Amino acid sequence: MLALTGVTKRFGPLTILDSVDLTLATGRSLALVGESGSGKSTLLHLIAGLDRPDAGRIMVAGAEVQTLSDADRAALRRDRIGLVFQQFNLVQSLTVAQNIALQARLAGHHDPGRDAHLVDRLGLGGLERRYPEQLSGGQQQRVAIARALAAKPPLLLADEPTGNLDEASGDAVLDLMLDLVAEAGTTLVMVTHSPRLAARLDTTLQLQAGRLA
Amino acid sequence: MTAAWAVVLRTLLAHWRRKPLQLAALLLGLAVATALWSGVQALNAEARAAYARAAAVLGGDQLDRLVPRAGTTLAVEDYVALRRAGWRVAPVLEGTTQLGDVRVRLLGIDPLTVPPQALGGGAIDGAEALRDFLNPPHSVIAAPATLARLRDASELGAGQPAEDLPPGVVIADIGLAERLLDQPGRLTHLIVAPTQKPGIPPIDRITGDRLDRLQPAEDTGLAQLTDSFHLNLTAFGLLSFVVGLFIVHATIGLAFEQRRGAVRTLRARGASERQVTLAILVELTLFAVGAGAIGMLLGYGLAAALLPDVAASLRGLYGAQVPGQLSLRPEWWLAGIGMALGGTAVAAVSALWRQHRMPVLATAQTEAWRTAHLRGLRLQAGLAAGLALGGGLLLWQGAGLAAGFATMGAVLMAAALALPGLLALAIAGLTWRARTPVVEWFLAEARAQLGGISLALMALLLALAVNIGVGSMVSSFRVTFLGWLDQRLSADLYIRGQDTEQATAMAAALDGMASVDRLLPIQSVALQTTGAGPFDLYGIVDDAMYRGNWPLIAPLPRAWDRVADGSGIMISEQFARRLELRPGDTFAPGSADWAPQVVALYPDYGNPVGQAIVANAELTARWPETPRLRYAVLTTDPGAAGTVLGALRDSFDLRPDQAIDQASLKAFSRDIFERTFAVTLALNVLTFAVAGLALLTGLLTLAEMRLPQVAPIWALGLTRGRLARLEVLRAVFLAVLTAVIAVPLGILVAWILLAVVNVEAFGWRIPLRHYPGQWAALLALAVATAAAAALIPARRLRRVPPAVLLRVFADER
Repeated sequence: MLALTGVTKRFGPLTILDSVDLTLATGRSLALVGESGSGKSTLLHLIAGLDRPDAGRIMVAGAEVQTLSDADRAALRRDRIGLVFQQFNLVQSLTVAQNIALQARLAGHHDPGRDAHLVDRLGLGGLERRYPEQLSGGQQQRVAIARALAAKPPLLLADEPTGNLDEASGDAVLDLMLDLVAEAGTTLVMVTHSPRLAARLDTTLQLQAGRLA
Repeated sequence: MTAAWAVVLRTLLAHWRRKPLQLAALLLGLAVATALWSGVQALNAEARAAYARAAAVLGGDQLDRLVPRAGTTLAVEDYVALRRAGWRVAPVLEGTTQLGDVRVRLLGIDPLTVPPQALGGGAIDGAEALRDFLNPPHSVIAAPATLARLRDASELGAGQPAEDLPPGVVIADIGLAERLLDQPGRLTHLIVAPTQKPGIPPIDRITGDRLDRLQPAEDTGLAQLTDSFHLNLTAFGLLSFVVGLFIVHATIGLAFEQRRGAVRTLRARGASERQVTLAILVELTLFAVGAGAIGMLLGYGLAAALLPDVAASLRGLYGAQVPGQLSLRPEWWLAGIGMALGGTAVAAVSALWRQHRMPVLATAQTEAWRTAHLRGLRLQAGLAAGLALGGGLLLWQGAGLAAGFATMGAVLMAAALALPGLLALAIAGLTWRARTPVVEWFLAEARAQLGGISLALMALLLALAVNIGVGSMVSSFRVTFLGWLDQRLSADLYIRGQDTEQATAMAAALDGMASVDRLLPIQSVALQTTGAGPFDLYGIVDDAMYRGNWPLIAPLPRAWDRVADGSGIMISEQFARRLELRPGDTFAPGSADWAPQVVALYPDYGNPVGQAIVANAELTARWPETPRLRYAVLTTDPGAAGTVLGALRDSFDLRPDQAIDQASLKAFSRDIFERTFAVTLALNVLTFAVAGLALLTGLLTLAEMRLPQVAPIWALGLTRGRLARLEVLRAVFLAVLTAVIAVPLGILVAWILLAVVNVEAFGWRIPLRHYPGQWAALLALAVATAAAAALIPARRLRRVPPAVLLRVFADER
């Protein structure tokens, strides 16, 4: 599902990622851990095609991401990748139901039954017509997870998905996410600070000053 | 204490270094608002100063005058009788004439009897000056600029300059004036000296009840007459000012929101609320004074550019002479800066209030957008309903020009306040029909954006509506006016003799020409009403030209027959309004023994003086001394007018205005008309430009706040290019919705202008016509404005580096 070879990223004189290699098979889960500024989020962004590497090769579901055009990378994200961010990043002007359905509808394979299933599994029943600002942080993150999984992406990328939540809420949200990922056979890459959370995934890789330790 | 608030000020000012665009928007908004307002005020002040100078001529602002009552005249004999009885009065003969190439207001005086304060700075100084004034070639008194233009007038000797006389006014010996005005033995009024001998008999006993004594204050005719014109300008200036303030309000509000964190930190570090408020006030004052001064300079430039057109309109419409050069008055500067300060205070008051009430430990999160937005919409809708109701009541109960403008202001403000609610409703309606996620998101964002750019859209609505309103008014006016000119000026030539002798000779010459079909004499006498000002009574001969072409309003049956037999009179529309007369009423133009029935009204656009028409035979019978100087000439073939004109010019020594063909006369009238509205149209265009600017600054300042909304959609698979296109499309979409709402509002504005304001201002009511082509053009302009305003932020979005968008997802945010 995922193969990175010699991926390097620089911001001006700073080298954020330095020749990173990694592979991940379909249906497996990987935790990326490391200190702040170690390049975890940058690596996730490069995999998602949100940014381009300065060197190296990124293969996602058979596509060579760094060679794709802006439009093709956008299409790859829309069709093959689910994204969950620490800040939830829901669309404030859309309701919960619209947010959940958004990516699946953009990708053109919206399944209302799948939405209903996710709403049910994530405990969002009764909140569908609310707007993000009317939800708690934990509820917003559950909506973000539902949105990421509604399109049934083969790859889910999660950047500190529980970083903005207290421990109890964070654990509950992670449990739900891991259950749903396992249920659908989705490949997962999750960035986290927490070794405790990382331990719940199949593999853990540590980034240190832009290199895999 | 001082140091503390200075530190606070420095901290707050740092915000603008980081947001130079916001600062530019704030200063530009304030400068433009001040510029348009102060420009208009400069024009008004210049004109008012000119009226005051005109009123002060010959002590008109401080000395009493004796004028003949309606239907009577004043002769030298009356003056002599009063002098013999002991009255200290001085004769004046006033009229308009052509000296060389210059048309002047000529005032003939007797320098030996005129009270010294009547001449002011232009007093005749010394025996030599008096001799030159009294004896040929007479010297005259006029402003230096007027004297310079009169240099070629052969009738005159050297001039005596008088700085305080208005342009175009010439004071001459009464003997010379009699000759130049062709009014021997006639006087227009008598100046009454402030001190009189004790024990003199009352005036009535000497001259009968033929003379009215007017106090200086009673003769402010010009200022009153032009009031409507200046109110019109002021209304536009105020509208532009308000539109400019929308920008200022939006920018200040945004800056306050964005600085909440900094203010909270300052307060937590020990700065008092008073110090923060003081620092903000100092900051705003600095901006207001700086931007206000720039605005004043721009306003001066604007006024200087518009003054020639304003002067020409005032001359054409009201005969008011306004110099073509601006003078800077200190009170104008003070008023302009005061307006900038006041405007800033108004624009900042709500933000200051929120700042004042903010607790030290308020959370950084702003109030839930949706709740606040809905509450705001409801409040605005309530205010709009109140204003609309007030406007309706004013229309129903109010009277006068100020009520007309107040109605328009209330209606415009009501519509502006209701706009965000109407747009939200329209968007909600469209959302219901939306089928694709992008359209859904597009509409949802349009609705969410309303809070941020509703002020700019309100400005756009006002500019569009006023453009449609004024455009419809001017176009309706143009069509009506041109049609009226075609009907009214249906003779091929109009001629005017310098005196009766020349006029008779010209008539005889024309009579002998084969290409001249017939000659219609036009005689008129200038009369006075009590209460409705002066008017000209015209005597015309019964002719098919009048019957076939002369436009009439509400004529009674056999109106022309009634005029011809002396039992009917026709009155100009605005004069009838002033006299409150309708067809069927009677009106005595002269003495009470002849009161013909008003058989019709007729439009007389652009004429400040009242006018009435009777049969020529009646006029000459009742005012036998009226000279027959003018004729309308009908040729056998319209193409022959040029030949006839040439032949006349060959035979007689004619000034250009003595013989004029129909086409030139129409062109002259059209020119006055176009210039009258040139200023209004210019201000209109400027208001539109300010609205465009408001939209641009609104979208620019919103652009950076848009990133958190746009980034998730980008992450979900929409390219930056597509997002940028959608941003432009959204601005255009909102502008189009606004423009659609602006059309009915514009029609309402046009109706108020035509049916209320113009009737009050000029006395005419013209039919409202609709111009869908104009609406379409304005719609296109609104689209172009919105697209242009959205283009810069959209370009930025298209080129924004992914790293900037990714910051939205970063935890450090």
